[in-house]
Amino acid sequence: MPVDIDIAKVANLARLALSEEELAAYGTQLEDILEHAERVQALPTDGVEPTSHPLPMVNGFRPDERTESLEPESFLSEAPDAEDGQFRVPRILE
Amino acid sequence: MADLADLTIAEAGRGLRAGDFTAVDLLDAVTKRATMTEAQLHAYLTLDSGGARAAAEKADADLASGDDHGPLHGIPVALKDNMVTKGVETTASSQILAGWKPPYDGTAVARLKAAGAVITGKTNLDEFAMGSSTENSAFGPSRNPWDHTRVPGGSSGGSAATVSVGSAFGSFGSDTGGSIRQPAALCGVVGMKPTYGMVSRYGLIAFASSLDQIGPFSRTVEDSALLLDAVAGWDRMDSTSIDGDVPAFSGSLSKGVEGLRIGLVTELMGEGIDPQVKAAVTAMADKLAGAGAEVIEVGLPASEYALSAYYLIAPAEASANLARFDGVRYGHRTEHLEGTTEDMMAMSRAEGFGPEVIRRILLGTYALSAGYYDAFYGQAQRVRTLMRNDFASAYEQVDVLISPTSPTTAFPVGERAADPIAMYYSDVCTIPSNLAGDPAISVPVGLDDQRLPIGFQIMAPALGEEVMYQVAAEVERLAGFTDRAPLATSEVVHP
Repeated sequence: MPVDIDIAKVANLARLALSEEELAAYGTQLEDILEHAERVQALPTDGVEPTSHPLPMVNGFRPDERTESLEPESFLSEAPDAEDGQFRVPRILE
Repeated sequence: MADLADLTIAEAGRGLRAGDFTAVDLLDAVTKRATMTEAQLHAYLTLDSGGARAAAEKADADLASGDDHGPLHGIPVALKDNMVTKGVETTASSQILAGWKPPYDGTAVARLKAAGAVITGKTNLDEFAMGSSTENSAFGPSRNPWDHTRVPGGSSGGSAATVSVGSAFGSFGSDTGGSIRQPAALCGVVGMKPTYGMVSRYGLIAFASSLDQIGPFSRTVEDSALLLDAVAGWDRMDSTSIDGDVPAFSGSLSKGVEGLRIGLVTELMGEGIDPQVKAAVTAMADKLAGAGAEVIEVGLPASEYALSAYYLIAPAEASANLARFDGVRYGHRTEHLEGTTEDMMAMSRAEGFGPEVIRRILLGTYALSAGYYDAFYGQAQRVRTLMRNDFASAYEQVDVLISPTSPTTAFPVGERAADPIAMYYSDVCTIPSNLAGDPAISVPVGLDDQRLPIGFQIMAPALGEEVMYQVAAEVERLAGFTDRAPLATSEVVHP
């Protein structure tokens, strides 16, 4: 199966603002890598269940206890922009 | 007396308690070694001199007052820079996190501190642990202590190099597809990936969550077990950590291999494996047989597909995990603020991530996107099932599996940098254990004709750390590998 990627669409989904040159270069590399992955697609796996997690675990529950939380200042001081105890961002709507 | 920086953790612990030297002396010894070697190696991104000094002084004071925290008390230990350390810059070797000082310690870090370990600093890695050479660091590559024109392996190349030269007694890294074992092999030290869930991932900057696992680097198998003992066990902050009793792994080392069944993996001794590496592995298999083990050849047919499956699963999970780096709560925000928050995010990410990270985010995003999910990610997960089934059949026949750790010894800087697929092949022997979630360890067994170390891998079933360490200790004894990296013994001091 030849791999044909709409790389601009993928970059937009990934929220990466890439230039035309970058898109072209990454697009070619991805096509090479995915052709390599074709081996996997050719493997017959009818009736094989997918593994999403290596160990047979079920939901782990911890005791519902109050514990200490981080002071807001300890992480707001590391934010690119913060105001009045909140993260500050540019406008959200066009 | 020999230089303190060359002692094992076990030896240093005995000397500390006998009053032969102090924790401050041990820290001074590794600091001096770092001063000698860092200009050539660049193994550390950050040396936390002040914090380490305070911790060493506290360790001495505690010991003097009879407050002994155990085998790591007063021992200088280095941490890969994707392990979150309170107040000490943590970058994962990415510009997107440059300057970030975390407000908390990850669980493994907190446990090491509670065990009295002295954290020397943060070591270099491939950005977000994506790579096999530590060349993909935004802050410059690390070099191999055996030959500084070669790579130390990766992604935990800095952690492997520090232990190799003695600028730390032990260190920790993370292993998603071989990122502990492969650099350990290339640097001639012991590197171990525990069973998935053995060590909490809380405070490990996530790459591929169903594969990532923290583990130790050391100069001996005994030290490896001592380091793992300190961090293993259930954690309320990681719902995937294993809930159950954890044995003291350092207790299982001197049992030998008499009567054990050991399987040499046929598919991992094939064409792509360097002849000298293959010969060293075969020689060790013969020695194990000579020591009383039953050694047979065992097949893991799905391992032929493991690499390709891994390079769909890991980028897919990474593309989701790395969505958190958006210039809002921490890390880099673009100065080109035009448009909306969404534009700010896309620009900040493009500026902050390096090329390999962008490549994998794009690959993962594509593999998860509508219409392709089942063909790529779903199929890779089914290969993962086949891989686990193969391991299950193998472990019906044998107690542990053996193979090379890396298909080659350390390769020259730049050799694979322009060819992602050649670089990905570096992990062909290590990836199967990550897909299965099983423990595995690399032990140095010798040098090739260019005096580069060869690593020998021992794989065990999930929660099989004890038998894995049992065999590793015997491999270490049979190999008698005592060579040290030339840089570690260099008399040249860079003032």
